[in-house]
Amino acid sequence: MLNPVNWAQKIGHATVERIWRLGFAARFFFAVLMYSGTSFRRLHLTIREIFFSGVLSLLIILVSGLFVGLVLGLQGYETLQRYGSTEALGTLVALSLTRELGPVLAALLFASRAGSSVTAEIGLMKATEQLKAMDMMAVNPIARVVAPRFWGGVIAMPFLAAMFSAMGVFGGWLIGVVFIGVDDGAFWSQMQASVDFRYDIWNGVIKSLVFGVAVSLIAVFEGYDSAPTAEGVSRAITRTVVTSALAILALDFVLTSFMFRGTS
Amino acid sequence: MNRKILDLWVGFFVLLGIAALLFLALKVGNLSSAHMAETYVLEAKFDNIGGLKVRGPVKSAGVVVGRIAEIKFDPASYEAVVTMNIDGRYQFPKDTFASIFTAGLLGEQYIGFDAGGEEKMLKAGDRIMKTQSAVVLEKLISQFLFSKAADGQQDKK
Repeated sequence: MLNPVNWAQKIGHATVERIWRLGFAARFFFAVLMYSGTSFRRLHLTIREIFFSGVLSLLIILVSGLFVGLVLGLQGYETLQRYGSTEALGTLVALSLTRELGPVLAALLFASRAGSSVTAEIGLMKATEQLKAMDMMAVNPIARVVAPRFWGGVIAMPFLAAMFSAMGVFGGWLIGVVFIGVDDGAFWSQMQASVDFRYDIWNGVIKSLVFGVAVSLIAVFEGYDSAPTAEGVSRAITRTVVTSALAILALDFVLTSFMFRGTS
Repeated sequence: MNRKILDLWVGFFVLLGIAALLFLALKVGNLSSAHMAETYVLEAKFDNIGGLKVRGPVKSAGVVVGRIAEIKFDPASYEAVVTMNIDGRYQFPKDTFASIFTAGLLGEQYIGFDAGGEEKMLKAGDRIMKTQSAVVLEKLISQFLFSKAADGQQDKK
């Protein structure tokens, strides 16, 4: 039978545990920052992680960026045509990519491509007690394993987002100018007239940097906090992807409401 | 994997990222054309600014010479006070005429400067005295309709 006291106790327990985990994540974040010295003194550790999270994500980021740009070009043209202002296609493609789609979609792809693999790696290291073995040998696992993976993701993310946006603009140009026949000069000049470097592009870079920190932190934390079993690791990977996606979208809303207050 | 190959790939990756950023800044954005290093402030009062927005362009002879920095309402005179940042390379005479135009039928609104013949130039913080408000389409249509109606009554007599 459903006992109301038991029930209330369960809710209380779940709440306390959630808050405890949040506090643990915050303490973990500070520990990662504190032990980050090693990832820059022994730079090859971080470079290796930039390779695994950044370079190996290149293909999916570039191809997705191209296709998003192609679709934006087609859909944008289809809608703008009704108002007879197809020259604004460049503006539409560039603004939507640099402000929103570039950072957000690149971060979502990055979370599922690189974040999940980081969680799996750290989770498996924990399950096979490699982290404990390091601790025994007086090697700090946070400095040696966690911090380089965190910084690798943080460094790779803005570059990936910029490539995504650049590829998307190229895709929009390909559809709009090469295939449909929008005027080439109007496409670029209207784009340059309305895209501001600091207001649009730089804010996009800041967004992607924030997403990079969030995704990398969630990925290393879920890996470090996973239950040391096969099932625990698989659950941690699922949590990484779900939590990252939610965090990216929520942070994007907060950042957008601070950066773009509808003044233009 | 060999450390040298790893370094090579990461170097390639970073260069590609910087190239993408440069492409965004120079080809997509306006960093190459419209960077205004030194600006000075001008003010103008309008009866009605229509749909003018902050960060909108200030043009003279079609060339962007500045941006709109701030739009305020003056409660004493019931007018709109528009503050503009003008590119320091350009000077305008004291009797410059500032009017609000619309780019195309549905385009954005901007402030257009028509230079006058005065020899004294506007200094930083000066106010442009001669202004013309935005054309509000509804007013225009109602004026047109009223004048039509008036014409019709005259014809009957």
